[in-house]
Amino acid sequence: MEFFLQLTLNGLVVGSIYSLVALGFVIIYKSSGILNFAQGEFLLLGAYVFLAITSQANVPTLPALALTFAFATLLGLVLERVVLRPLIGEPIISVIMVTLGLSSVLRAIVQGIWGTDTRPVHAVFSLDPIQIGPLPVARGYLYSAASVAVLLVLLTLFFKYARPGIAMRATAASQQVSLSMGISVRRIFALSWSIAAVVSAAGGVLLATMRGGVDGSLAVLGLKVLPVVIVGGLDSIGGAILGGLLVGVLENLAGGYLDPVFGGGVKEVAPFVALVLILMVKPYGLFGKVRIERV
Amino acid sequence: MRCGEFHTTYASDMGIFDTRRARWVLGAFMVALFAVPSFATSYWMDVANRAGIAVIAAMGLNILTGFTGQISLGNAAFLAVGAYTTAFLAGHGMPFVVACPVSGIVTALAGMVFGIPSLRLKGLYLAMATLAAHFIVEFAASHWDAVTGGVAGVSIPSPRILGFDFSDDRSLFFLIIPICIAGLYFAKNLFRTRVGKAFVAIRDQDISAEVMGVDVFRYKLLSFAVSSFYVGVAGSLLAYQARIISPENFPLGVAIDHLGMIIIGGLGSVLGSVLGAIFLTLLPEILRLANSAAAGSFPGLIQLFTPLKLAVFGLTIVLFLIFEPDGLADLWRRIRNWFRLYPFSY
Repeated sequence: MEFFLQLTLNGLVVGSIYSLVALGFVIIYKSSGILNFAQGEFLLLGAYVFLAITSQANVPTLPALALTFAFATLLGLVLERVVLRPLIGEPIISVIMVTLGLSSVLRAIVQGIWGTDTRPVHAVFSLDPIQIGPLPVARGYLYSAASVAVLLVLLTLFFKYARPGIAMRATAASQQVSLSMGISVRRIFALSWSIAAVVSAAGGVLLATMRGGVDGSLAVLGLKVLPVVIVGGLDSIGGAILGGLLVGVLENLAGGYLDPVFGGGVKEVAPFVALVLILMVKPYGLFGKVRIERV
Repeated sequence: MRCGEFHTTYASDMGIFDTRRARWVLGAFMVALFAVPSFATSYWMDVANRAGIAVIAAMGLNILTGFTGQISLGNAAFLAVGAYTTAFLAGHGMPFVVACPVSGIVTALAGMVFGIPSLRLKGLYLAMATLAAHFIVEFAASHWDAVTGGVAGVSIPSPRILGFDFSDDRSLFFLIIPICIAGLYFAKNLFRTRVGKAFVAIRDQDISAEVMGVDVFRYKLLSFAVSSFYVGVAGSLLAYQARIISPENFPLGVAIDHLGMIIIGGLGSVLGSVLGAIFLTLLPEILRLANSAAAGSFPGLIQLFTPLKLAVFGLTIVLFLIFEPDGLADLWRRIRNWFRLYPFSY
């Protein structure tokens, strides 16, 4: 029982990180219908920029965070303008490929500047574990869970009440109608890319601190999180968060109980098996908007 | 004076070659191609064979993604299925003429299994399902030790046909290239038949295709099967060429490379698959040559080679998508037409 509880709790806390990364996917998909395969590289770049600002330029933590977020905003804006805008209205395959191409370019830039060795990163918070009941939990996970909770509330309010948030939902519903209502669809796309880049940079910094260092393997998370967004439904913020927790728990339980049977590796593949099964039963994920097509 | 290409019969309109000259050019190209092994070094023979295998795999992916419109990120997985089937069969003493086609058939079956979700899924969601297929196959490849040899890999004896041993890259070339040509010829003809036209109809508008009497699910599955057959044969040849295969031969990067090939070459074009595959196979080689040439004056370049390769690959895809969305095949067509109608093109 204790084993089960420990696995579940670990799953929940790892899942909160997945949720955070998944939010980046959902924000972009919700407004522009693009699945950004370069999300993992956004994480990576955010972490490295934070590293460069803190340890190479010796800036204290809070201003460094602000600078990192400013950089992420700029990155999102530039990429949207230069790469994604020419592809509006192109088939999905082109858009998938352009983000895949983008991910190799970003990874190459990071490798070219910072190399492939793991670099120690300046800790944003202390790493001593906290006891919850009988179980120890790493502090970083609590911070990520807290930031996910905060982001969830903020983004829900933003999409519900703020003008740009409502405009983003309108754009997602129909670009033509939003244009005729005076919404600048271009500005909405730019906004969603920069929000996603900032959320990812935050995730990158959190993860780098928790791991005690940053290297290229951070970008793998961009792919690992795909089952999360699909399970939750590509256009649902609540779905992304619940999906993250579900996948986190699932992979920990599967890893804990099935790894001895199969000799390891179940943890990595379990979310993808679940993904196929869920897609067969509910093609638009658990909370995704079902598109009904008529002739 | 010629001012354009005009067809007066349906037969000539449907013809594979639109002019007599195209026939001659292709014939000359074939002769030149088969002359390559007589002067190329063994390193470049390896590159040529890898290009040939890539052409088959890219052709397969193009049938599914370019012609039928079903996005697949599972090409590396299907390649692995073909390669491991060959490794298993060849390891049990099966000759090449059995192992290679059976690998294709087994992969076609695997492709159909992973194609079943395509009944309900489209676009991004289908891409995700095929991505899941990739990770599941990767898991099987590294854990099903009895068949795949696990992470340590498995070795494959060299192929033999009628007592002739295709033991090095130079002789394998004469095995790979004819299979490649046969595959391209079949694909080119496939799209002149009902089946091929049904694929294209599904890509252009699946609902209209259904209304017009195309059994969408059946043809989608068929497309998965035909496409995977090609990829399985490519995987089989890859196993014979690489001699030892392990899960490391089939990372997700391979699937992305193949998608890059058909994007750069041209979606929905047989010629595009060929051009794209050759282009992306040669690109790192040319970069490597350029890099080692420039390393004399800039010694730092040697360490930067890996990121440089990655950046050039990514940039090529991004730039092609933005500036040449129809790929090399369309570029080739435009160049050809310009010369054909010279000097009175407009």
